[in-house]
Amino acid sequence: MTVTTVACPLPGTFYRRPAPGQAPFKEIGDAVAVGDTIGLIEVMKTFMPIEAETAGTLQAFHVDDEEPVMAGQPLYDIDV
Amino acid sequence: MAIRKLLVANRGEIAVRIIRAARKLGIATVQVHSRADADMLAVRLADEAVDIGPPSAAKSYLNVAAIVEAAKASGADAIHPGYGFLSENADFAEAVAAANLVFVGPTPDTIRTMGDKAAARAAARAAGVPVVPGSDGIVTVETAPAIAAGIGFPVMVKAAAGGGGRGIRIARDADELAALLPQASAEAQAAFGDGSLYLERFIGRARHVEVQVLGDGRSAIHLGERECSLQRRRQKVWEEAPAPGLPDEARAALCSSAVRLAEACRYSGAGTLEYLYDDATGEFFFIEMNTRIQVEHPVTEMVTGVDLVEEMIRIAGGEPLRHRQADIVTRGHAVEVRINAEDPTRDFRPAPGTVTALALPGGFGVRFDTMLYPGYTVPPFYDSLLGKLIVWDGTREGALARLRAALGELGVDGIATTAGLHAALVRDPDVAAGRFHTRWLEDWLERRPLAPVPQKETAP
Repeated sequence: MTVTTVACPLPGTFYRRPAPGQAPFKEIGDAVAVGDTIGLIEVMKTFMPIEAETAGTLQAFHVDDEEPVMAGQPLYDIDV
Repeated sequence: MAIRKLLVANRGEIAVRIIRAARKLGIATVQVHSRADADMLAVRLADEAVDIGPPSAAKSYLNVAAIVEAAKASGADAIHPGYGFLSENADFAEAVAAANLVFVGPTPDTIRTMGDKAAARAAARAAGVPVVPGSDGIVTVETAPAIAAGIGFPVMVKAAAGGGGRGIRIARDADELAALLPQASAEAQAAFGDGSLYLERFIGRARHVEVQVLGDGRSAIHLGERECSLQRRRQKVWEEAPAPGLPDEARAALCSSAVRLAEACRYSGAGTLEYLYDDATGEFFFIEMNTRIQVEHPVTEMVTGVDLVEEMIRIAGGEPLRHRQADIVTRGHAVEVRINAEDPTRDFRPAPGTVTALALPGGFGVRFDTMLYPGYTVPPFYDSLLGKLIVWDGTREGALARLRAALGELGVDGIATTAGLHAALVRDPDVAAGRFHTRWLEDWLERRPLAPVPQKETAP
């Protein structure tokens, strides 16, 4: 069990859902494969996907849905 | 009632622009801002600043209650909405009036009519303004095929509640239309809370030409037209006044039609009527009216000598129009290019960040409207417009030469900008000749991707 904290690559607003009212991309405890979408970052009205670069189990989010985030800020923990 | 204290319900370069106009009139200013914008230039320039909420625009610049409350608490007697955000929100204009404050703009009824594409089209037709052949009102999955056949393919499927180029699809034939309708309706419902759709003939090679008007609720005048065909993803990037190559007869017909519609709706304030102009036939068609100041208003100011933001504040304060139509004389040529925090060499990827150094162009005929200052950090939460480089000269050729020189002086260090795109455009032979249409820029970008380092022209 090694928990890795992944930093947000971009500044913007973090979204855990593809659209309002839809289910989140990932819940805590979900299995994550490389390339899976963890969430979206809205940067200047453009939505960029945050894709997993390592596989594992999602342990925690450090940023809430629809909250601002800075580049380099811890975004989520993954158990690899 | 003359305005004494004006609250600016916007951000970025337009907030700076409004503060400057107010200050010239001796009006005190209150700048509202989100928590991410506490150090923006407009906050530094304004007499007072009020924090109205978190970075998210929905919780700050779109928060009607917080903005009205800030106006009341600061003793402001008027609110200028700028462009975007709440500028074309009739409910906001109503809330401002209900709080006994002046809204710098037209009446809520006018905003509502012009904000509903089908209603705006009906108003234009009633005023004798040509509209694009299309469905008169909302279509359904059942009625659309016959109506589309009557209009002629290709047709555009548009969301009645859309705007800013959003919610538009093109169907080339009946099969495409049938496939597209349910999806377009669902998307419009999700994006705008209203799934209503209407149809319009798709005009392939058109110019986007728009007319600036000012009205005081009794009479209206026009201040000539702007050419805004250079667009990417339906966002304008380069604007000019007057429109190059527009025959005088077409110009006169276009501008007088705009005045007819403005007077018919007893328009008050600054507004813009957008048209498609078909070079081949000389026909023009009304698309929509924007009931606010527009990003590209400075090119009109440069050729007419009229400060549009000052005039809209004066009108909101109860003054009648200060100019008659005969007083408006356009002189020379102006070009504006939008400097956005986007990297044109990487598919216009957004580029927020800190401006480490800033070199601004200047001199005769050069104007730079911006919110930038050295050390400013451009936040990631809002649109990418950083500033507008505007040049004027006696001729279009002279204005382009001045633009080339001014772009050479402009230096924004620390973040990527679209300045390089404009440096390439200003050297393009089609641009120099004014030979372009609304899809020209996207074709040009596809043919000729911008290299990270400026290269010599290779395209014919």
